[in-house]
Amino acid sequence: MASPQALELSPVDLQGRRERRDRLLDTVFRYAVTVCAVFVLISLLGAAFSMLWGGRLAFSTFGWRFLWSPEWDAVQKNFGALVPIYGTLVTALIAMIIAVPVSFGIAFFLTEIAPPWMRAPVAAAVELLAGIPSIIYGMWGLFVFVPFMGEHVAPWLDEHVGPLPLIGPLFQGPPIGLGMLTAGIVLGIMVIPFISSVMREVFNTVPVHLKESAYAVGNTTWEVVWDIVLPYTRSAVIGGVFLGLGRALGETMAVTFVLGNAHQLSLSLLEPGNSIAATIANEFTEADSAIYLSSLIALGFLLFIVTFIVLAIARFMLSRLALRAGKIT
Amino acid sequence: MSLSVLLKNASQGITLGCATLLMVSVGHAAEITGAGSTFVYPLLSKWSATYNEKTGNRVNYQSIGSGGGIAQIKAATVTFGASDMPLKPDELQAAGLVQFPVVIGGVVPVVNVEGIKPGELKFTGPILADIFLGTIAKWNDAAIAGINPGVKLPDQKITVVHRSDGSGTTFNWVNYLSKVSSDWKTKVGEGTSVSWPAGVGGKGNEGVAAYVNQIKGSIGYVELAYATANKMAYAAVKNKNNEFVQPAAKGFQAAAEQVNWTEQPDFYQIITDAPGAGSWPIAATVFVMMYKEPKDAQRSKDAIAFFKWALEEGQSDAQSLDYIPLPGTLVKQIEASWAKNIH
Repeated sequence: MASPQALELSPVDLQGRRERRDRLLDTVFRYAVTVCAVFVLISLLGAAFSMLWGGRLAFSTFGWRFLWSPEWDAVQKNFGALVPIYGTLVTALIAMIIAVPVSFGIAFFLTEIAPPWMRAPVAAAVELLAGIPSIIYGMWGLFVFVPFMGEHVAPWLDEHVGPLPLIGPLFQGPPIGLGMLTAGIVLGIMVIPFISSVMREVFNTVPVHLKESAYAVGNTTWEVVWDIVLPYTRSAVIGGVFLGLGRALGETMAVTFVLGNAHQLSLSLLEPGNSIAATIANEFTEADSAIYLSSLIALGFLLFIVTFIVLAIARFMLSRLALRAGKIT
Repeated sequence: MSLSVLLKNASQGITLGCATLLMVSVGHAAEITGAGSTFVYPLLSKWSATYNEKTGNRVNYQSIGSGGGIAQIKAATVTFGASDMPLKPDELQAAGLVQFPVVIGGVVPVVNVEGIKPGELKFTGPILADIFLGTIAKWNDAAIAGINPGVKLPDQKITVVHRSDGSGTTFNWVNYLSKVSSDWKTKVGEGTSVSWPAGVGGKGNEGVAAYVNQIKGSIGYVELAYATANKMAYAAVKNKNNEFVQPAAKGFQAAAEQVNWTEQPDFYQIITDAPGAGSWPIAATVFVMMYKEPKDAQRSKDAIAFFKWALEEGQSDAQSLDYIPLPGTLVKQIEASWAKNIH
């Protein structure tokens, strides 16, 4: 019965059905992608909230003191997050100081200077570096890089940079090889592939006519990249730097190997320290009292907050930059 | 009969055979689950392999650390937990658990000092405590030089290497330091993880061993097996009997024999700083914890059968891996406690 009727439908009816179907599909599609986006938000909030909940015992016991107490004593059951927070921020900062310029150099070279036959293999090699598991970086760090730092770099720094005013205290210490400087450098090497592959990708999106025009009016390669390519791709480049920064803040295994895992607060970058992720990885399985476990989960929550604040500050600086750029042009 | 039919029949036969085999092994094999101490892991996996060959029963042991083992058995997710730190009798009582020792080993100090060979350096307990407190900071300190005449000690800073994770090895080490140094007892205390006054932390025995090998002028503590496997320079320590003892199976055994195991309920004994001639001062016992009234009685019975076999017949496996078997009288006492306590 149905099919003969359908055959008799007028073109207007057909179009109406098509519109209804399209509207329905549109609605379904809208809901589907909304669910995808909300899923991220929910899992983010869920993770943050469950860590806040797990850490409530630590927060209620120690209060605000938890944030700035350098104590970490499982015997006296007295915990504070200052040392891990400090170590996390310092190592990530060192990593960024190393990784951002080097990544910029790699991307610059690959998009502007390298001969075409070289670009694809080097780009592939950089991306391969990103795929190396962090434990490999940790083992390389411990067995190759730590002895090198301990025998050559740390004694030199202690002797030549240590006596200097202002920055001197940062580089005084025993030549152990383990420590925040070593961890920062290893982290820097780890995040270079992330940042540089994003940079290279977006540098390639700059329209050729923009660059050609700049070259035509007599700009050097450096001027073209600094004044044309970088402003054009600024937000994507900063996005890539965020990606690297996020990885540096949360990296666990490689840092555990080379940081020294000592709950000591020291100004010197040659001294061992601790980071939030390394502390959790080291101590979680053996946390034998409720307050100990809760303090570790609270640390996880603080890593959330620290990452959030760092990214918020970076965003703020980005918006200021955009504002300034707007005024100049 | 064509070739293809023949092949088909053959493959069916093989599949059927495999399925039967599989069913038989699933039907009879018991799976005993345990978790805890990393120290005992090499021995438990060897025991498990030998036991599996003999009986077809399998022990699935996860070496997540002593603290983790205690947490898992309290959560009843495993049939037994293993720990290098004994639980106090009242804590066992509250959780409805019993514990018994299964094997004995030892913690040894290891050093990385230019020119020092294994067994060459000597320490006393108070000196070790002062080094780990950071009050003795150089290798040529008068205290170390005083008991090591003839050993050339460099003017080098001592780097202390300790565990970064909680550990039964740490528990026995700091328990010993607390017994011999009142400073250590009041300033740091004892536990599976403590607030270290000095040094760097390595994860696991292997982490400490790796750091000591890497860092010149360092001192750490590991189980004997790790020291010998990595060819590290271990040191002699003065015991309660005022003699310097080299870390070896003989010294661990001497320490174990000094202890009256039935003095306290649940074999609660920490055998560090043991008296008697030849006793190694930092010997450690691995304890196993099980439920008195297990939820799954059959599994508990299977586990007891495994430990009975291990204590009675698995001792050659233990010796081949540098562990010390329990004295025969103690094995009898343990078996009596099973009969009495585990239902």
